[in-house]
Amino acid sequence: MIILNARSTDNAQLNESVRAAKGDCEIVGCIGERFIGAGLSDKTINIKGIPGNALGAYLNGAKIRVDGNAQDAVGDTMNEGEIIVNGNAGDAAGYAMRGGKIYIKGNAGYRAGIHMKEYRGKSPVIIIGGRCGSFLGEYQAGGLIVVLGLHKDGKRIVGNFPCAGMHGGKVLIRGNAEDIIFPDKVSAKRATEEDMSAAKGYIKEFCSVFSIDENEVLSSPFTIVTPDSANPYKRMYVEN
Amino acid sequence: MQADYIYPHFEVERNERRCNACGLCVRECSYEVHYRSEDGKFILSDDAKCVNCQRCVATCPSHAIKIVKSNCDFRENANWSSDSIKEIMKQAGSGGVLLSSMGNPQPYPVYWDKLLINASQVTNPPIDPLREPMETRVFLGKKPSEIKRNQHGQLICDLPPRLVLELPVLFSAMSYGSISYNAHAALAAAATELGTCYNTGEGGLHENFYRYGANTIVQVASGRFGVHKDYLEAGAAIEIKMGQGAKPGIGGHLPGSKIVGDVSRTRMIPEGSDAISPAPHHDIYSIEDLRQLVFSLKEATEYKKPVIVKIAAVHNIAAIASGIARSGADVIAIDGFRGGTGAAPTRIRDNVGIPVELALAAVDTRLRAEGIRNDVSLVVGGSIRNSTDVVKAIALGADACYIATAALIAMGCHMCRNCQSGKCNWGIATQKPELVKRLDPEEGCRRLVNLLTAWKHEIMEIMGGMGINSIEALRGNRLMLRGIGLTEKELSILGVSHAGE
Repeated sequence: MIILNARSTDNAQLNESVRAAKGDCEIVGCIGERFIGAGLSDKTINIKGIPGNALGAYLNGAKIRVDGNAQDAVGDTMNEGEIIVNGNAGDAAGYAMRGGKIYIKGNAGYRAGIHMKEYRGKSPVIIIGGRCGSFLGEYQAGGLIVVLGLHKDGKRIVGNFPCAGMHGGKVLIRGNAEDIIFPDKVSAKRATEEDMSAAKGYIKEFCSVFSIDENEVLSSPFTIVTPDSANPYKRMYVEN
Repeated sequence: MQADYIYPHFEVERNERRCNACGLCVRECSYEVHYRSEDGKFILSDDAKCVNCQRCVATCPSHAIKIVKSNCDFRENANWSSDSIKEIMKQAGSGGVLLSSMGNPQPYPVYWDKLLINASQVTNPPIDPLREPMETRVFLGKKPSEIKRNQHGQLICDLPPRLVLELPVLFSAMSYGSISYNAHAALAAAATELGTCYNTGEGGLHENFYRYGANTIVQVASGRFGVHKDYLEAGAAIEIKMGQGAKPGIGGHLPGSKIVGDVSRTRMIPEGSDAISPAPHHDIYSIEDLRQLVFSLKEATEYKKPVIVKIAAVHNIAAIASGIARSGADVIAIDGFRGGTGAAPTRIRDNVGIPVELALAAVDTRLRAEGIRNDVSLVVGGSIRNSTDVVKAIALGADACYIATAALIAMGCHMCRNCQSGKCNWGIATQKPELVKRLDPEEGCRRLVNLLTAWKHEIMEIMGGMGINSIEALRGNRLMLRGIGLTEKELSILGVSHAGE
C-alpha cells in the first residue's frame, strides 16, 4: 500500500499522485481534497480523514474506502466500482450513477441516488445505514437504493418528497414507512420475500463491511417503492 | 366538435396533365398525405396531413406537385392572429401543452440585419484574399495574460488546453435521438474534413463515431446520459449544457418511444424508458457548484480538455457569464432565443430568452470591463444564418459561432418545423430506418463541407475588404460595424455607432 500525504497538496496534485501510484494507495491527512479518484478504474484507495466533494466522480471500477465522513456528490455519474463511507455522506450521493456500489454507514444528505440509472448488465446499488434527507431517489431510472434507518437520533428515516419523478429501479426502506408521503406516480408496499431476495445479498455485504448484525437488520419488515410507469411525464402535448 | 375543425394549413396542388399516377409521392410521404384512388387511376391527397416539407415536390419525377399555403383563414386582426385563434382551439380541444420545434418564429428584431459592415477605402487598403494570406484559424480556450519564463529566461510554453478550428464555425449540439444516425455521420465526417467540431448533444456517442473524437465535442447535461470515462476521453472538448436558447429554463424529455435500439445504447438507458433531463442540474445551485462540475470533468480527463459551459441568452446574461468565466470554464457558449430545437413548448420558445446579438455584446463588454475576457472564449449560436452573421458576431466579440439549423438545411431539411413528430421525410429528425436511409451520409457531408467552404471564402472576402487579415484582429472590433435603424439604447448595448457616424 502506497502512502500519500494529502497535506500541502492541492486536488490536482493529489489526484495525479493517485493516478501515478503503481498499486493501491492510502491517503492520509485528507481534509476536503476534492475529486479524489475521478474516473479511476484500476486500484483501491483508502482514505483517512474527510475527502471533499465529488469523491469518485465518474468512477470506472476503482474501489474507495473512506475512514470518516464524505461530503457532497459522492460517486457522481459513477459507472462501476465501489465506494464505502465509514461515516456520513453529504448531498447528491450517487447522482446519475449507472453501476457499482456506494455503501454509507451513517446518514446521507439531500437527493441521494438522484437520477440513478441502470443499463444492460449494470445496476447500481446505494445502501444508507442511517437516515437520509429529502428528494431521495428523485428521477430514479434504475438500480436499487436501500435505507436502513439504523440511526439513533429519533429523526425520520427519509425526508420529504422521496421518489419524485421516479420512473425505474426500486427503493427499499427498512420499516413500514408509515410517516412518509410518497408522490402519486409511485407505489409503496410491504416488500415480499421475492422483493427482498435481490437486495439481501447487498444488505448482508453492507452489514459485514461495517460489522453490523445482519439478522437484526433483516428481521424488520421493509417497504418497497417502485414507479407505476417508465414514462411518468407522458403529459398530453398537442402538436402546434 | 365542429368548432375545432381547422382548415388545412397547406393544400397540395397536383397538375393533372403532368401527373402520370406513378405513386412515388405515396411512397415518399411519411405523413401519408398522398394516396391512390380506389380504382387505382389517380393519386389523391389529404391536405390536412401535409406539413409542407416539400419531399413530394422535390421527388416527383414529372414535377407535378406544388404545395400552397391555404387562403382559407379566420377573420384575423392585428390582435387575434390566425395562429392565436388556432392555438386556443387546439388547447380547448385537447387540454394539451402546445409543442413546437425549431427556433422562435416571432417577428422580433433580427439585429444581424440591422448591422452593416465596414470596408476600407484609400488608406488601410483592402486585402485580396486570393493573393494574400488570410488567417481564419481560431483557438478556443483560455489565453494566458502574461508570458512566463523559467530561471534560464526561456519561455514556458505549457498553455491551457485549447480547441483549434480552421474556421470560426462549429456544428452545435444535436443529440443522436433527436436527429438520425446518418445525420450524425454526416456532421462528424464534415467536421473532420473542415477542421472544426460537431457536438454530440446529450445523447451519448455512438461507438462508430469515436474515431471522429478529435473533432467531437461531448456534452454533459443534467441527465448525464451516456456520460462515462471513455466518452469524456473521446472528445476534443467537453460541454456542460446549462441551458438552450429555444427553451431556457426547460429541461429535455425524449419519450421512451424514441429510446430504441442504438439510441438506447448510446444514452446507456433501457429501451422504452423515458430520457428525462431535468431543467436544473440538481447539484448546481451556484457558481461554486458549477466550478465543481467543471473541475470534476477536468480531473477525470487530466486537464487535457477544454470545458465549455453552454447557457441560454437570458436577462442578466452578462453577470451570469462573468460568473461562468470565474468558474474555471474555458469557453462560454451562448445560445440565443432563435436557436432551434427538436421539441419545445410553444409558449417558452416564443417568449423566453433574448436575441443572441444583444447577449453577446453585453457579455463581451462586461468581461472586458472586468479584465477577464481572455480567461474564456465566447461561442455564440441561436440562428447564425450565413457568413455575414458570422462576421458580425465576431466583430461584436465572439470567438466563433455555433450553427445547427443551417447545417440541417444543408443536409436537406426544408424547415417544415415538425421535428417533434419523428416522421422527418428527409431522414434527419427521425429514427425510422426507412426514412433515415434517405439521407446519404456522404452526400450530407459533402454538402456541409460545401456550405462552410463557401462561408469561409466569403468571410475571407469580407475581412479582406475591411483590410483585416485574421479573425483574431476582427474579434471584438466593433468599429467595423454600424447600426441602421436602431435606437440609442440598442446602439449602446451593441456598442456600435449608427451608420453615418
